[in-house]
Amino acid sequence: MTGLPSAIGLPHYLVVAAMLFTIGVFGIFVNRRNIIIVLMAIELILLAVNINLVAFSSYLHEVTGQIFAMFVLTVAAAEAAVGLAILVTFFRNKGDIAVDQANVMKG
Amino acid sequence: MTPSHMLQIAGPEVILALGALALLVFGAFRGDRSTGLVSALAGLVLLGAAAAAVAAPMGTLFHGAFVADQATAFAKVAMYLLSAVAIFLGERWLSRLKSSRFEYPVLILLSALGMGIMVSAGDLISLYIGVELQSLAAYVLCAFRRDDGKASEAALKYFVLGSLASGILLYGASLIYGFAGSTHFLEIARAGHGAAGTGVIFGVVFLACGLAFKVSAAPFHMWTPDVYEGAPTPVVAFIAAAPKLAALLVFARALLQGFPDAVDQWSQVLVAIAAISMAVGALAGLVQRNLKRLLAYSSILNIGYALMALSTGTALGLQAMFVFMVLYMIDVTGFFSALAALSRDGRPMEKIEDFAGLSQERPGLAIVITVLSLSLLGLPPLSGFWAKFYVFKAALASGHWQIAVFGLVASVPAAFYYLRIIKTMWFDPGAGRTDAPAPDAQAVAVASAVWALPLVLLGLAALDPLAQTAAKAFGLQ
Repeated sequence: MTGLPSAIGLPHYLVVAAMLFTIGVFGIFVNRRNIIIVLMAIELILLAVNINLVAFSSYLHEVTGQIFAMFVLTVAAAEAAVGLAILVTFFRNKGDIAVDQANVMKG
Repeated sequence: MTPSHMLQIAGPEVILALGALALLVFGAFRGDRSTGLVSALAGLVLLGAAAAAVAAPMGTLFHGAFVADQATAFAKVAMYLLSAVAIFLGERWLSRLKSSRFEYPVLILLSALGMGIMVSAGDLISLYIGVELQSLAAYVLCAFRRDDGKASEAALKYFVLGSLASGILLYGASLIYGFAGSTHFLEIARAGHGAAGTGVIFGVVFLACGLAFKVSAAPFHMWTPDVYEGAPTPVVAFIAAAPKLAALLVFARALLQGFPDAVDQWSQVLVAIAAISMAVGALAGLVQRNLKRLLAYSSILNIGYALMALSTGTALGLQAMFVFMVLYMIDVTGFFSALAALSRDGRPMEKIEDFAGLSQERPGLAIVITVLSLSLLGLPPLSGFWAKFYVFKAALASGHWQIAVFGLVASVPAAFYYLRIIKTMWFDPGAGRTDAPAPDAQAVAVASAVWALPLVLLGLAALDPLAQTAAKAFGLQ
């Protein structure tokens, strides 16, 4: 392992990850149209974390971060499966997947 | 260390994992008519896992990623027994609604396995895996009644906000890994010896936010009322109890073992979260007309007390947290069992108005709900009083008297909404006939009420030293 190239250092990766993470969080709260976009935003958050983990792993010359990233990828797949399954039951009950449809319970 | 010794240390989790997989295959081949059998076997698996948690040797596995000590044994016994109760409640409840499936007990087993891994996590990776395993199973359980629009909406909200919380937790974990150089709690503590850097502090804040979400502490509580209202009542009885204890213990282990030198910093964060939770739980509960929603705010309030105990960062505080959570979990399981037992004209009774005149129609259950309400309120000598007594004692002993006073003040508005339930049951005219209560759920509710009053005095004598031993596992004074 040779570490990161010097032109693009650890801070660059961290900034990209932080931006993706922020976009993901905003994607959940600002988006009012479609729940599929919410699922995509969740994936974006997890991938931002993976960039962080792999960048740190390379920077520290240590492999734990990459192993962690593998676990995160696996769990993200399981999470997407569960999320889509729940979305299907929601669609069957409401006939729509707009975020505004999830409004029966309030308070 | 020989492989068989390693298997013994992780005995409860090995039993749960193999049991869940075997029952899943068995159920898949036999179909839904095997639901009763699968549920009974799943209950036995949980009892076996609880017994294994007591009998298993203490130690650490996988270079410290998996920890088995007195605290995990204590928590695992409580969590696995409550999970078994949830299987018992839910299987009968679902079969009365003709939507019983063999996946229900299997999902509870998987969720219990996730909780076991959570409390045993000595590493950020195992922490994350445990949290996700527990949560993913819980999301599916909420959507278990597929034809119920409210349940699927609740599950969707739970899933989206829960995934966001996991993402925040994970982002914090990645920062801690990067700036401390390890995912292992003890290594993180060693790296941060003296002064923790800004990066690590950022990571801890994100991690704490993610975990606060999982215990439904305000200001991360938005999902709680909707999920409690929409999800099937036995599932709520499950997710309102055992996963909260698991998440609190994870909270305790990550903070106390990973950041023992930064107690002052994270203690302030916990005090703030506890105060906001108590305020939100007490005040927002006042306007609720739905009893399940009301109990959601009551749980936010009570998590505030548990976090207050944890924020002391002392052995006494941890002991208080254990005693408080065990007593609270029994109360809340009993309360939701009573709700699961009752129905009017085939519809579940959820609005407070539905309970009018219950004392004439079902005096037994009315007494049970009264006892459990008074216990949640904290009236001596019921179990809820002793739970709060331990928490306040620990907070005062560590000099956090301001938050203790705040907790006392917050219990006043909370008392109002518990007393309103009692007033509606005993003094308002009835609205008609209730259906015959479900005997299984009624039995659990009665057992919890019996525990809340006479038995708790004996139970505390056993619970006090057990919780003390569990708290000592963290090596605090």
